Amino acid sequence: MKIAIPAEDKNIESNVSQTFGRTNYFIIYDMEAKQMETLDNSAIASQGGAGIKAAQLVLDNGVQVLIAPQCGQNAADVLAEGDIKIYASIEGTVKANIDAYTAGKLVIMNDIHAGYHGGK
Amino acid sequence: MKIAVLSGKGGTGKTLVSVNLAAAAGQAVYADCDVEEPNGELFFKSKKLKSEAVKIKIPQVDVNKCNGCRACVDFCKFNALAYIKNRVFVFEELCHSCGACMLLCTQQAITEREKNIGQIEYGQSNGVAVCTGIMNVGEASGVPIIKQLLAKINQYDNGDKFIDCPPGSACTAMESIKDADYCVLVAESTVFGLHNLKMIYKLVSFFSKKFGVILNKYDKTIDNPIEKFCQQKDIKILGRIPYDEKIAQINTAGLILVRTATEYEIMFKQLLQTITKEIKNETAIDS
Repeated sequence: MKIAIPAEDKNIESNVSQTFGRTNYFIIYDMEAKQMETLDNSAIASQGGAGIKAAQLVLDNGVQVLIAPQCGQNAADVLAEGDIKIYASIEGTVKANIDAYTAGKLVIMNDIHAGYHGGK
Repeated sequence: MKIAVLSGKGGTGKTLVSVNLAAAAGQAVYADCDVEEPNGELFFKSKKLKSEAVKIKIPQVDVNKCNGCRACVDFCKFNALAYIKNRVFVFEELCHSCGACMLLCTQQAITEREKNIGQIEYGQSNGVAVCTGIMNVGEASGVPIIKQLLAKINQYDNGDKFIDCPPGSACTAMESIKDADYCVLVAESTVFGLHNLKMIYKLVSFFSKKFGVILNKYDKTIDNPIEKFCQQKDIKILGRIPYDEKIAQINTAGLILVRTATEYEIMFKQLLQTITKEIKNETAIDS
């Protein structure tokens, strides 16, 4: 099973990015193989709809779980249709979040914010 | 002549100025492009003549014809499309109705349907043709309504056209001033007002528009940051509307200054003359 986490840098010790749609990178962690890969977030330069595009990217990489500090309605809609579960991240690094998830300490995100939090 | 009245934020007096300029002109067109909260009509209380719907086109995808090539999803600049579990999803509020997805589809799986996003109301008030764009609550962009409204007022042969713009300097404001011959920037005489003025100053400069500034809520006893700015940038100050309780009283009663108080009828007629002279590039007297 694969987990996606928005990250500020390209390594597992990086901090979790505070945004989902406009994160610099995604770290994709394979729970079984215990391997990670990094993705450049092509959505970052979008004028609008970055959340949708970023969610598409996550979806296209065969991810089942997203761990993020926040997520907009549009992105959440895409992820829900793709059966991807969204967990609220905790403060700290990507690695700390993967460990917390493995230990069953993360909770499902239930405060999806209304779409559209930027200009057009 | 098309005269657009704009400001960097709401509440500076765009509607006050555009309504009164139109009323001062007598025979004129007033177009309310502030489609999220049009309020010029509150003052004109016009006799309703007709209204029309504003519709945009939204793609719809036939899942049976779609072969999953994703050309549409990848192309969409506005990220209005997503491809999830062998199906294309359309996010209506992000769609700009460009039609590219339909053109790109090799399977003819995409067609367009119409979506109602608002309306335009037409009325008449003592010689002023009052045209109001109204956006439905919850819609993302008023640009299509403004486009349709401004195309319609082109057909009027009823004197000068006064365009009451949406606040700020975003897409809707750009659309509203696009074809304007002259822009009137309304500014409050405060430091905050100056900040907002600078935003629209950048906008009208970018579009190479002729423009001038009207100072609203003007108090001559206070050192005015906007006058300094206008001097530095060599910007024409078209007029100064005083900070006057009488204006507030007439305005909050929903009345038009020009039609209620003689001194303001004279003032706005003068303003109109100044603007007309500016447009014709003649020397105007800075009052």
